[in-house]
Amino acid sequence: MPIDPVNLANVTISGILTGLVYGLMALGLSVIFGVARVVNFAHGEMMTMAMYMTVLLFGQLHINPFLVVIPVAVLFFFFGYLLQAKVIHPFITRPDHAQFMLLLAIAMIMTNALLIVFGPEARTVSLDSLLESLETGPLLVDRGKLYAALVAFSATLALFAFFRLTPTGTAIRACADNGLGAKVVGLNVKHLYAIAFGLGAACVAVAGCMMIMLIDLTPALGPTYTLLAFVIVIVGGLGSMNGALLAGVLIGLSEALAGLFIAPSAKSMVSFALLVLVLLFRPRGLLGDNL
Amino acid sequence: MKPRAHLLLAGLCAILLLLPYFAGSYILSVATLFLFFAYTGQAWNILMGFAGQLSLGHSLYLGVGAYAAAGLYFHFGIGPWAGLWIASLLCVCLAASLGGVAFRCGISGVYFTLLTIVFAEITRIGFDHFTWVGASGGLFLKVTQRDQIDILNLRGPPALFYYLILALTAAGFMLCAWLLRSRAGYYWQAIRENEEAAQALGINTFRWKILAVAISAGLTALAGVFHAFYYNNLFPEHVFNIGRSVEIMLGPIIGGIGTLFGPILGAALVTLLADGSTELVAALGWDVPGIKQLIYGIALFLIVIFLPDGLWPALARKLKLSQ
Repeated sequence: MPIDPVNLANVTISGILTGLVYGLMALGLSVIFGVARVVNFAHGEMMTMAMYMTVLLFGQLHINPFLVVIPVAVLFFFFGYLLQAKVIHPFITRPDHAQFMLLLAIAMIMTNALLIVFGPEARTVSLDSLLESLETGPLLVDRGKLYAALVAFSATLALFAFFRLTPTGTAIRACADNGLGAKVVGLNVKHLYAIAFGLGAACVAVAGCMMIMLIDLTPALGPTYTLLAFVIVIVGGLGSMNGALLAGVLIGLSEALAGLFIAPSAKSMVSFALLVLVLLFRPRGLLGDNL
Repeated sequence: MKPRAHLLLAGLCAILLLLPYFAGSYILSVATLFLFFAYTGQAWNILMGFAGQLSLGHSLYLGVGAYAAAGLYFHFGIGPWAGLWIASLLCVCLAASLGGVAFRCGISGVYFTLLTIVFAEITRIGFDHFTWVGASGGLFLKVTQRDQIDILNLRGPPALFYYLILALTAAGFMLCAWLLRSRAGYYWQAIRENEEAAQALGINTFRWKILAVAISAGLTALAGVFHAFYYNNLFPEHVFNIGRSVEIMLGPIIGGIGTLFGPILGAALVTLLADGSTELVAALGWDVPGIKQLIYGIALFLIVIFLPDGLWPALARKLKLSQ
């Protein structure tokens, strides 16, 4: 079956746009792991919570999802900060698996609390202004997807700028590089770890607000997206911010192409296959290990 | 173990053996579920508790074991007693090769855990399209008269399955007790505590980790065979679900990772808590879909924070059961 080149171009663009949102989501996980060394097994669940918040604010108060981004991100920053400072920090000296189970427990509580409160039905947000697609020549671009990708990419750039340009960002990078050394030169490591977790949570919250444009919302999304975020981060290189972004786009693109060439249900198979290949041949991920 | 502990164990065995004579069908089904999780918890505990490798994908072996035995019975009329060997052997080979690849490539810790999830997910998606066993539509075994006992084909009343899983749990317990005192058990514990040090002492950690993963998978496959013939229906969505893997490991984590009694105590507690709360909510006339998993989550959260070694070590100290 010959593939129509216009269709292929459309799918490619759509895949890259989705990938930018994936990238931001994975970036949150990467920051949390790279700095605080916390394996955030509740990442997809945090995203789902942000999505419910967006849907609720839109459905009840009719606030545009693109405006909701900022308050939701701020809220999740504080949520992440408190979670790290109060609950997770004592686990830093415990074995890895204890921390893993703690976050798994948090994930289970979140998913099922959402299920109990909102029920299992799928929800969507439909904005009239986003219904028509952008037409440039023969190409069709979904407006909602385009805006979502733009917001996600701006948030990504802002995060990169924060880590490169601000003193706090530099201090967090120092913590990530050498926690003990950071402590020795007088940095408040616990506070900085919590900020990093907060930033990661804010990232995934923004990604969640934008994800509303891409997928239907159910409480059961959490585990799937936690797994997807981990796959992206490992493919990109655990702890590497550039890697997370690159792998996000790569996985978004390969999912879209798999949907076109093989079958929509083969989407996650392709990303899993990528993960297994990376683990076998380049265990440190595509882009090394530095923040 | 002290004599008191022996006495307690004997009492527990007597209650479990006589349960079908005085318990109703509901209690019996809850007890069967409890033993199912006690047994799978023991199997999981060999890998995590003894050898220190955290698997979050044990539903893989549960599902493959269940589907292998059920598929053979469904298509060729091969009974479960022959099928369980094939199912178990299949899972041993699967686990040894997956573990072999993972351990050979130096995948450990979090990476290993994620890989176990990914393998289970890949298999789930694969079985969703595997038409020989009904794909996502499910595989159903013929249900016959429930009062006729056909041990050869494992068709019969709930009490038959209860005794079956009780025997499995008891055998699993004895196997674990023996393993823990065997050469393998000591090697595993050395690997669990410090893999590099174990390697420096000349332990071939690769080989012993493979052994742990293979034994654990082979035992889990037997639980899968039981699952297939007890419930008579299999759906990839259920049996390979990550929620299954979580349920398997909840018992040992809550009871005490790496202990002999932990998985049993934990499974009892988890089953009581989950079924108790579901019943309570149902009795109040509410329809709350996620309550069981919410309780699981809260129990796991509290245990990990307040009793990281699990309930059994604390209980044993309190009752002065261990030295």
